[in-house]
Amino acid sequence: MKKLSCREAIREALAEEMLRDDNVVLIGEDLGCYGGCFQVTAGLFETFGPKQIIETPVSEEAIVGVSIGAAMMGMRPVVEIMYGDFSTLAADPLINHAAKMRFLSAGKLSVPLVYRTPMGSGTGAAAQHTQSLESMFTNIPGLKILYPSMPADLKGLMKSAIRDQDPVLFFEHKLYGVEEMIPEEDYLIPIGKADIKQKGNDVSIITYGKTVFTALEAARLLEDDDISAEVVDLRTLRPLDKDAIIASVVKTGRAVVVHEAPLFGGFSGEIVATIAEHPEAFRALKAPVARVCGLDMPTPFNKHLELELPPSHTRIIDAVLTLFRS
Amino acid sequence: MAFELDKDKALSTLSLMLRIRLFEEKIEEMFSNHVMHGTTHLAIGQEAVHAGVSPALDPMDWIVTTHRCHGHTLAKGSSIEEMFAEFLGYSNGLAYGLGGSMHLIDVDRHNAGSSAVVGSGVPIATGMALQLKRSGSKQLAVAFFGDGASSRGAIHESMNIASVMRLPVLFLCEHNMYGMSACARDMVSTDSIAHRGASYGIESRMVDGNDVEAVFESVTHAADYIREHGKPYLLETRTYRFSGHSKNDKKLYRTHEEEQQWLQRDPIALFEQRLIERKQMSVIQMESLRQSIKDEMDTTVEQLMNNPQELTIEEAAGFTYASKEDSAR
Ligand SMILES: Cc1ncc(C[n+]2csc(CCOP(=O)(O)OP(=O)(O)O)c2C)c(N)n1
Ligand SMILES: [Mg+2]
Repeated sequence: MKKLSCREAIREALAEEMLRDDNVVLIGEDLGCYGGCFQVTAGLFETFGPKQIIETPVSEEAIVGVSIGAAMMGMRPVVEIMYGDFSTLAADPLINHAAKMRFLSAGKLSVPLVYRTPMGSGTGAAAQHTQSLESMFTNIPGLKILYPSMPADLKGLMKSAIRDQDPVLFFEHKLYGVEEMIPEEDYLIPIGKADIKQKGNDVSIITYGKTVFTALEAARLLEDDDISAEVVDLRTLRPLDKDAIIASVVKTGRAVVVHEAPLFGGFSGEIVATIAEHPEAFRALKAPVARVCGLDMPTPFNKHLELELPPSHTRIIDAVLTLFRS
Repeated sequence: MAFELDKDKALSTLSLMLRIRLFEEKIEEMFSNHVMHGTTHLAIGQEAVHAGVSPALDPMDWIVTTHRCHGHTLAKGSSIEEMFAEFLGYSNGLAYGLGGSMHLIDVDRHNAGSSAVVGSGVPIATGMALQLKRSGSKQLAVAFFGDGASSRGAIHESMNIASVMRLPVLFLCEHNMYGMSACARDMVSTDSIAHRGASYGIESRMVDGNDVEAVFESVTHAADYIREHGKPYLLETRTYRFSGHSKNDKKLYRTHEEEQQWLQRDPIALFEQRLIERKQMSVIQMESLRQSIKDEMDTTVEQLMNNPQELTIEEAAGFTYASKEDSAR
C-alpha cells in the first residue's frame, strides 16, 4: 500500500493509462508546464510531451467537439475542463453528439472519451466557479457519469473510464489534497458499483463526491447518540447501483440522501425514487426518506455565506435524528 | 505629432493609473496576509488600458468587464471603499459581498459587471448595445476581452452579429500576451486580433497598450466612429501583466528576460517620464500624489475592517429571483 492524494491518484491513473496506450491523450487548457488549473497533470508534460498532452486555446465547446471527432477515429481523449461550471459550454458536444453517436450510427461508431472536471464550492470563487452541475447530465441516456470521492476510487475508476467504449463524465471534488492508502499493484474499479464507506445498521446515508467526507464525519458523531449509520458512496451516478441502495435501506430502514448540488431537481430525487419504487425497500422504511442538499441559490462570495450552502455534518445529523423521532 | 492630453486631463489620468496600481498592490498585500479568501486576478502593468478607455468615453456609456476587472471598475469611477468592501465580502460592497474580486459591478456608473466565464461577457455587451440602439440612445457598450478569450466562439459570433445588425459596441481586446499560462503566439491564429475585424466587416486598430495617451486617442477615435456610423469597432491594445495570472502562479511559462523587457515599459513610469519632460508635473508632486493615494487605501481598508458588515443567508437568497414588489413592475 502507498499513500496518495486525490490529485496524485488521478495523475497516476492518467500516467499509467498513457503509458499503456499511446492513444490515450490529455486535451485541455494550461495542461503543460502550468499542470492544469488544479495541478492534477503537473509533471506529466515532461514525460509524455505534446503527442499525448495537447494544450488548447480557451475554446471549451470546440475542445470537447474536437475530442469527440478524434475519439471516433481511434484516439482515447481525456478532456480537462478547468471548472465544472464551464460544462454549460461543453453541453452541446456532450449531450447532442457524444451521447448520440453510437445510436445515430446504429452501433458503428463509438466515442470512448473521458470528460474530467472539478465541481463544488469552498474555494471562495463565487457563483460561476462553484456549482455542482451533475444533474445537467444525469438525465442523458448515452452518457456514463462518475463522481467518486476517495483516492483509491478516483484512480481505479479513472482507469476504467479511460478503457470504457462510451463517453464517461468524470466529476471531481476540489479536496484534491485528501490522502488515502491505496494498493501498489495495478487495479480497476468497475463503473456502476457503489461502495459502503462505513457499515452501519440504523440509517443509510447515501451520497457521492465531496459530501462523502461530510457524511463520514456525521456518522462518526452519530455514534455518540448510539446511532449506527451506514455511508453509501455511490461513486457512479449513471448507471446507478440500485442494488446497493436497496440492500442498505432494506437493512437499516432509514435513508438520508445527501449532495452538494441544490435540492430542487437534484440527483437525490432519483435516489429517493429508487427507494420509493422498490416494494421491499418501501416496506422496510421506518420513517420518510430525508434529503440534505445545497441551498437553492447561487453561491455567494462571502466566506460565511458560502459555507452555509453545502450540507454540513450538523445538517446531516439533524436530519438523521428527525428520522428517529418520527 | 503624437496625441497629448492637456494638463488637467494628464494629471487626472496619472492619478487614476496610480490609484489602480496602488489598489492592486493593497489587494496583493491583503491576500498575502490572508485577510481575504478566494482568488484574485491582478493586472499590474495594464493600467494604461484601464485609464485610457472609460475616461475617453461618455460616462453614460456602458462597460462589461472580465475576471481581471479592478482597473476598469476604478476607471468608471467606483469608490475604493465599496470595492474593498466587496473584496472583503461585506454587505457595503459593490455587490453586497456576493460577487467578490471577479465580479465587480457598479450599475449606477454604467458598469454592468463581468463574466468570470472567459469571453461570455462579450455577447452580453453586444446585447446591451442592441437595446441601446433600439431605444434611440447615443450610448455605446464596451465589451472587454483578453487574448485568451479571443478563442471563444461566442466572441466571433458576437462580432458577426454586431456587424450585420450594426450595433454600437466597442470590442476592446486587452491583449497581455498570455491567457493563464498559454502564450498568444501558440493560441491565436493571427499576428494581431485586430486583423480579424476585416473578416467581420468591422473597422479595427491595434494600439500600444502601455501608452495611455495612445489608448485614449484610439478609444476616442473608435467611439466617434461608432456614434457617427452606427457600426461596431474592434480595438486591440497590446500590453503585459507584470503580476501572475492569479494568486498562486509561479510564472514558469515565461522568461525573466521577457519580464524585464516589459518592466522597462512600465506604463506608469512611461507616462510620468513624459509629464516630467513636458514640465506638467514634478517628481516631488508625483511622490506626494502616490503617498496620499497609498494613505487613502490604507485608511479605507482599516476603517472597513473595524466594522465588518455581512448579509444574512436569507438576504442573499432574496436576490435569486425578483421580489414580489419587483415582479409587480
Ligand atoms: C470559459 C472559460 N474557460 C476557462 C477559464 C479559466 N480561465 C480564467 S482566466 C483564463 C485566461 C484568460 O485569458 P485572457 O482572456 O487573455 O485574459 P487575461 O487573464 O489575460 O486577463 C482562463 C483560461 C474561464 N474562466 N472561463
Ligand atoms: Mg491575456
